[in-house]
Amino acid sequence: MRIKLWGTRGSLAAPGPETVRYGGNTSCVEVRGADGTFLVLDAGTGIRRLGITLGPEVPRVDILLTHLHMDHIQGLGFFRPLDQPEKEVHIWGPPSTTLDLRARLARYLSPPLFPVRLRELPCRLKLHDVPLEGFEIGGLKIKADLICHPGPTVGYRITENSVSMAYLPDHEPALGIPQFPEDPDWISGFDLINHVDLLIHDAQYTATEYPRRVGWGHSAIPHTLGLAAKAGAKRLVTFHHDPAHDDSTLDGMIQEACSSSKLPFELIPGIEGTTLELG
Amino acid sequence: MPQRDLEIILMQRLANYLPIPVLLVGPSGNLLFYNAPAEALLGRRYEESGMISMKEWVTILPAIDEKGLPLPPEDRPLTIALQKRRAAHRTYWIRGFDGVYKKIEVTAFPLEGLAGRHLGAVAIFWETGSASDPPGDLRKA
Amino acid sequence: MSQKDVEIILMRQLASYLAMPIFLVDPDGNLLFYNEPAEILLGHRYDETGEMPVEDWSTFFTPMEEDGSPLSQEDLPLVIAFQKRRAAHRAFWIRGLDGIFRRLEVTAFPLTGQGGKHLGAVAIFWEEEHPL
Repeated sequence: MRIKLWGTRGSLAAPGPETVRYGGNTSCVEVRGADGTFLVLDAGTGIRRLGITLGPEVPRVDILLTHLHMDHIQGLGFFRPLDQPEKEVHIWGPPSTTLDLRARLARYLSPPLFPVRLRELPCRLKLHDVPLEGFEIGGLKIKADLICHPGPTVGYRITENSVSMAYLPDHEPALGIPQFPEDPDWISGFDLINHVDLLIHDAQYTATEYPRRVGWGHSAIPHTLGLAAKAGAKRLVTFHHDPAHDDSTLDGMIQEACSSSKLPFELIPGIEGTTLELG
Repeated sequence: MPQRDLEIILMQRLANYLPIPVLLVGPSGNLLFYNAPAEALLGRRYEESGMISMKEWVTILPAIDEKGLPLPPEDRPLTIALQKRRAAHRTYWIRGFDGVYKKIEVTAFPLEGLAGRHLGAVAIFWETGSASDPPGDLRKA
Repeated sequence: MSQKDVEIILMRQLASYLAMPIFLVDPDGNLLFYNEPAEILLGHRYDETGEMPVEDWSTFFTPMEEDGSPLSQEDLPLVIAFQKRRAAHRAFWIRGLDGIFRRLEVTAFPLTGQGGKHLGAVAIFWEEEHPL
């Protein structure tokens, strides 16, 4: 399984000289299976550059959205395969009690917010509410589960043979828990991340910032580290960087994380353009 | 043990913050959790009672109605919420783990999640009386 | 804007994941949040209305007793819950903005925080549809 980070920023795209190393594009991760199955996790602004690289060797793309906040769908209208009639594009999103995914996406992909409607897109487009039991796309097994974040939000676990990765870019598992982490069966998202080879997880805030952002749906980096350790993850990628955190601030957060205690996993800063191989 | 459904986790967290007794059961009625005020009401900490089945907890925690007659399990608000998947509200007497009868007002409702998932039910208790004035002959219960 | 009490935050998150229509009000009855199923009941989306005072939201339904006579605001279960700080349960009829009459069963209870702090109340709705 090959993973590439196309956007690691949260909340709002943050381009600029002070963010050029970690990158300013919002959430987007490419997952490529050994059999050529091609998944895109979230459609933040990073998806635009990803789309340009896709040629005829990728006839089908599956976009798995964790939720429909703007920073996770804003790039969708600029994803080139949507303009290509020969491309098959499947978009998967979290279920809702009232509206299907098409209706909810159309709130953004329609005038006045966007000049093109979903039904006008040239590609062969299919939309799906993500099933909360497991499903397969090509050779990849996917498990989605609801996780703690405002609004219907899922995390994903993707498995290929014996290797697995989990993607929880917007997650506040510590909400309402004074001593975090506690019993695994009472931790949001735990089943998705349990003993995963690679965990890509929300690490938006510092410990100092978090008390004023309780309930905003994101994690302080100490929570992320504690969760990854509790779950026995082998590698952790910090993700969903706050737009106010420039490169040196993010370096400082990583350094402090590494120095605070010996980490039982490899800590990888979520830098746009990073490629990782599993298995 | 597999992780709880998120809605159950959020309900448990909320219950931990509330100063009123809250009980949480799974779809089959097994007791998943009760908070500290419920521990005081029932006379036993959750860690001591654990995840007991519905059949067990309705037996261990018998209830009597306003007339002093045993309240059948199917008439208890939490059972109605679970089985009929609608809210229920009733005042009755319950005998806690400590053997003390308490008069309680109970509001129970099912937890229905996204994609038609039936997750269990919640009961919230308001204690309104004590063992000094229960109706009927308690030996019938 | 100051951060809401954590109990309100948790209740709102829980409501956003549940399939039953749920309203959440503050101690004065201002509607703080309602979930997607409640948007259908109310005929308005939460992001259109935002928070609403009780005088506004209580009139959206035109609530009626079983005999068709108007149900007063103070008899609504949610109003009882936040004003009298006790649980309330009632069935009544509403005429929605779509003109359809619906029989609702409402369960409401107060939300109390640590130290007895009155945080507001929650109402959960069940409906049967009887188009007339």
